[in-house]
Amino acid sequence: MPHDHADDPHLSPSGHPYRPDQDEPLTYWQTMEIAIRELLVEKGILTPAEIQAEIDAMDSRSPANGAAVVARAWTDPEYKARLLADASAACRELGFDIGPLRLIAVENTETVHNLIVCTLCSCYPRNLLGLPPDWYKSRAYRSRAVREPRALLAEFGLTLGRDVTLRVHDSTADMRYVVLPRRPEGTEGWDAEALAALVTRDSMIGTGLPRSPGDVASTVAGAEGNG
Amino acid sequence: MAERVRVRRWAPPGHVRTPFYLRGKTGVIERRLGRFPNPEELAYRQDAARIELVRVRFTAAELWGDGAERPDDTVDAEIYAHWLEPLEAADAP
Repeated sequence: MPHDHADDPHLSPSGHPYRPDQDEPLTYWQTMEIAIRELLVEKGILTPAEIQAEIDAMDSRSPANGAAVVARAWTDPEYKARLLADASAACRELGFDIGPLRLIAVENTETVHNLIVCTLCSCYPRNLLGLPPDWYKSRAYRSRAVREPRALLAEFGLTLGRDVTLRVHDSTADMRYVVLPRRPEGTEGWDAEALAALVTRDSMIGTGLPRSPGDVASTVAGAEGNG
Repeated sequence: MAERVRVRRWAPPGHVRTPFYLRGKTGVIERRLGRFPNPEELAYRQDAARIELVRVRFTAAELWGDGAERPDDTVDAEIYAHWLEPLEAADAP
């Protein structure tokens, strides 16, 4: 059956505009990156294999790592205490290779909500969560997260009550931050693996909340069906 | 009682990690993080001195005045100690 937009050469079959090919010449900084990378290889400081291994390691990091940390904290009060005292050590305890990352975990409660931003650039706990979403690096997010964070969160679909204190954390220097969201209601008795499926990337940035059990009921049932 | 500090209102050239919106603003020390190489020197491959890094908490009222969405909301930021001047308790409102 033909799609609604099949005749429009500017739209994909699903009705979205095609992203233009990026056939422009390299920018100054792209050229600079390639030049430095090739010089490091020529001078024997790095090997191409080492560079590729580092890219692979970063690509293998994802919000699932953070979700495992959060879910463990939800199920193990002693682990949660260690996470809040030294989040880097708590991540390594679960076997995550976070390199030199210095991580601080900030806890959401009934009366406190936390939001992470880097107003100066794009600092993000990449060594735990992988690369940040594009919007995290946008000038709009970076400025509004400190100037009008409640209006910003409302646009993410999260309206905070006046009885909740919003704490914004600006990653201006050597620390990185992760939010420990509140455990969703209706998850009593769930194990850490099931809980981890509720933890979203945005809930660890503070622009969202974890999924509720109702949101994932069908997903969980499907996973069980697959053994 | 929380230790109050004010961010210096400097505007030096170069790589500086003290956001403009915090300069001249008063906050309280949330925690001390230890010493780290000064990025203002590190960025230029100088032998960077290790300077104490401090997390300072500012209220939305302090940062934005009447324009704050909710005066008691806060922004925490890491500021290197040479950017901070201590305030006497007598200065407290």
